[in-house]
Amino acid sequence: MLAALIIVFREVFEAGLIIGIVLAVTRSVKRRNRWIAGGVLAGVLGACVVAAFAGALSQLFEGMGQELFNAAILGVAVVMLTWHNVWMARHGKEMAGELRAVGQAVAEGSKSLLALAVVVGVAVLREGSEVALFLYGVAASDGGSAMSLLVGGLLGLVLGGAVCLFTYFGLLRIPPRALFTTTTVLITLLAAGMAAQAVSFLERANWLTALDTVVWDTSWLLSEDSILGRTLHTLIGYTDQPTGMQLVIYAAVVLVTIALMRLVGSEPPRHAVAAG
Amino acid sequence: MFASLTTRTFALATLCAAAMLPLSAANAQQATEIQITYDGAFQPNELRAPAGKPITVKVKNNTAKAMEFESKTLKVEKVIPSKGEAVVNVRAQKAGRYEFFDEFNEKARGTLVVE
Repeated sequence: MLAALIIVFREVFEAGLIIGIVLAVTRSVKRRNRWIAGGVLAGVLGACVVAAFAGALSQLFEGMGQELFNAAILGVAVVMLTWHNVWMARHGKEMAGELRAVGQAVAEGSKSLLALAVVVGVAVLREGSEVALFLYGVAASDGGSAMSLLVGGLLGLVLGGAVCLFTYFGLLRIPPRALFTTTTVLITLLAAGMAAQAVSFLERANWLTALDTVVWDTSWLLSEDSILGRTLHTLIGYTDQPTGMQLVIYAAVVLVTIALMRLVGSEPPRHAVAAG
Repeated sequence: MFASLTTRTFALATLCAAAMLPLSAANAQQATEIQITYDGAFQPNELRAPAGKPITVKVKNNTAKAMEFESKTLKVEKVIPSKGEAVVNVRAQKAGRYEFFDEFNEKARGTLVVE
């Protein structure tokens, strides 16, 4: 039972962290729960579909279907997160000050919520498909051990939910003024880390072989498999053996985000609005 | 404003897509191929490969359950459906012993000896 708990928890841990962050980012947005719940639900359904077709998926692209699929959905999440940051650079202040017409804020807020719902869906989809495959295997096996494994798996899911709440309430302890900056930095590094992860999938698929040598190895200092290593892996993309291309892409995402935010944020606002 | 934002989003998407183009130098180096099977345990459970060359491990899962071939030190992780087969690419490694296992059943373990 403990083994099942650990396996499931390890998979849902990352999704829990990401959902916690998204919840904190959208804390003041109306109807956000509906969007995020929709993202989770779509992710779970998607995970079941991916699990059901796991065999077919891995046969695609000369056996590299899984890697390319992972890289592609990570790429989608990176674009969505970056788009959210850029959008917030333009509208964040106005929304925080509640100076914007409510109807318009809701209409435009949904666009950003959709982006974040996609991010949540992708996080659940990636982690969930492995959980689904594992639990399916458990359910398919006979014997009394199946029940205890299933209970362990469910407990693992509950713990993942706890990580999500812990992240959410932890972030909410940050004073509102600092929270916006904190979440912007978090989302930027989250996106950069996901982009670096996508690179690693492409490298595993042998689609990307430029600059694929490991630049440094910090596994002696902080292993990627320790709890702290895993947390940092999800949050800021920590890797103990990054390749050159991973570092290049990581830096590129951070720089592009900063540049886009500056560009969009410095445009004169359409409405004369006092700074919130 | 929205138009310009959309253009920028598009430009960003293009940038990301460009980054995903296969820049591979067509695997200039010949990879070492190793075939193993899994039936609750790895057969064989000790593999050998030369150092400094990429390795491809073909894993055949003979069980009725999905498994996940994983190695922390080799940085690989791949789900293999029941009765399925998968190719795991391992980049060139330094000499040493690298452990691998089935993440869904951690009692099943094996070692790749790079020398």
